[in-house]
Amino acid sequence: MSIFLLQTIRIAVPYLFAASAGVISERAGIIALTLEGLVLSGAFGSALVAFYTGSAWLGALAGMALTILVALLYGHISIRYRADQVVTGIALNLVVIAATRFFLQLAFDSSSNSPRVPGFGEGGLWTNPLFWLGLLAAPALAWLLTRTVFGLRVQAVGEHPEAAAASGIAVSRVRYLAMAICGLLAGLGGAYLALDQHQFTDNMTAGRGFIALAAVIFGRWKPLPAAVACLLFAAAEALQIQLQGAQLLPTQFVQMIPYVLTIVALAGLVGRSTAPAALGKA
Amino acid sequence: MSKVIAPTPVEPQDGLDKAVTIASTSSLHRGWLEAVLPPVFALLVAMVIGDLLILAFGQNPGEVYRLMIQGSWANAWGFGQVMFKATTLIFTGLAVAIGLRAGVFNIGAESQLAAGAFAAAAAGLIVPQGTPWPVMLLIGLVAAFMGGGLVGSVPGALKARFGAHEVIVTIMLNFVVLAALNWIVASKLRVPETLHTPSIKGETLPRVADVIPAFHGSAANLTLLVALLTAAACWFFLFRTRSGYELRAVGLQPAAAEAGGISAGRTWFTALLLSGALAGLGGLNFVLGYKGYYEEGLAGGAGFLGIAVALVGRNHPLGVVAAAFLFATLSQGGLAIHALVPKDVVEVLQGVVIIAVAVAVPLVSGLLRGGSKVRA
Repeated sequence: MSIFLLQTIRIAVPYLFAASAGVISERAGIIALTLEGLVLSGAFGSALVAFYTGSAWLGALAGMALTILVALLYGHISIRYRADQVVTGIALNLVVIAATRFFLQLAFDSSSNSPRVPGFGEGGLWTNPLFWLGLLAAPALAWLLTRTVFGLRVQAVGEHPEAAAASGIAVSRVRYLAMAICGLLAGLGGAYLALDQHQFTDNMTAGRGFIALAAVIFGRWKPLPAAVACLLFAAAEALQIQLQGAQLLPTQFVQMIPYVLTIVALAGLVGRSTAPAALGKA
Repeated sequence: MSKVIAPTPVEPQDGLDKAVTIASTSSLHRGWLEAVLPPVFALLVAMVIGDLLILAFGQNPGEVYRLMIQGSWANAWGFGQVMFKATTLIFTGLAVAIGLRAGVFNIGAESQLAAGAFAAAAAGLIVPQGTPWPVMLLIGLVAAFMGGGLVGSVPGALKARFGAHEVIVTIMLNFVVLAALNWIVASKLRVPETLHTPSIKGETLPRVADVIPAFHGSAANLTLLVALLTAAACWFFLFRTRSGYELRAVGLQPAAAEAGGISAGRTWFTALLLSGALAGLGGLNFVLGYKGYYEEGLAGGAGFLGIAVALVGRNHPLGVVAAAFLFATLSQGGLAIHALVPKDVVEVLQGVVIIAVAVAVPLVSGLLRGGSKVRA
């Protein structure tokens, strides 16, 4: 049982980071289709720098910084140039997946994985600072969104940018800031992934960004419900690992759970599910 | 270019509308410029970034581009492979384009293509041994159309009935459908030790190499002709039929179309069903034209590239065909340059082209319309 719980939390940490990143981005009105690419950038940046400096801390910082840059680039394309966010979001994922593979070959002469990189000691989950940050991400974001002036402004620009602008809020600046926070969180998720596994492997996010996006929608764009969805999806995966061999349910069916639940939620079959009103209309 | 079908539209309210506003420009000349400038701009941006990446790898960009052309258009086999890759992309590009013309964004072409391919492969298992290819093609067309259409109808129904956003539904459905197909293949239909189904009992389609021996070894086949005919049919449907007119009207201004007596919900449903069916037809290229079976992962990103093809082709069937050949050339050329630089360069560039077009579309129309839509 305790192994199951441990496994659930371990699987959930990148989801918790990425889903929080998705919540702030979408609440500011910017579609979070890039989560997959953002987390992957974070993983790559942290593995690269951790390898060359020998420091997991510097690695995590670099992963965060790189991901903030990528998130701001996406934000810039959406906010300044008003390009279609769905198109650019999907394309940016393609670019990041291919670019990390390209630079993997440039830096390490391998198209599959980096050499072993340092992590946060051998104490396991409990001594990993990113684990604790991951647990804090959603509550901190909930506080930020509902209890601070900045958070309320984020909500305003995501629901009704014209009204927000009329009341004196610098809409673009709030959105850029929200995207920076989105990049910060997603980057930490990627850093956790790479440093926990002590290496970067090609396309190592393997759909985690989309599961996180599913959690955002299933959690109705609220940080804490989204975090609960992350834990739920992670528990399903952990259960699958525990039951391997028992063959109660084919693996593929467990893989479907987050996506099916999200479609059901979107169809409004479990109560109304409403996206921020100005989502995608930056 | 398309006929003008509505009075000059008001400013698009939704990001998704931008992709289809091009069809509505009142001036033919401006419409033409608006359609062609963004892809040209995108290719220039991609070339600059490509040069930088190639230089970063310590290679000569000119040499790499030369190899790219040599491996794709400069020899019969390479060009055959370009035609083969373009065939699938024409279908997925048309799929996305038809959706966007109606104002719905189908991101599910990847799984609809797989579903169509699977349906055709499954139908091929129940026909009599040695069924001649014309019959097999007909059966395959119906099966692939239904397989892809079935998957496309789900987001269509959920949008029409519950207002569920098709972008998220189609993305999520990609994972669900691919997992379901993998499960069926792995547990019920697999040839032992492989990831594919048994070969179809009917004949596979004639290849281009059967007619022109120079193309020997390339997988280009009769499906290309089917793809070109489908593009022509899509053009006729969009611009010469009442349903096509209604579809475009809903895409431009759903509220105005509703006021004119067109049901937006039903149109969206039809568009997504058709879109899925078109993507499903793309599966024929692999199943009937090439391998003769369904294989896990056969879509190989062609569904997502369909978005790029539709975007660069400006949602016009003719543009889609041209863009499909462009992206097929990039893919095939990427294989040719692998000795010098990783082929991932090409994948980066494909993504860059998409982003650059998406950025250039509102920019160019803003400039051409006099007032810039861009705000700080």
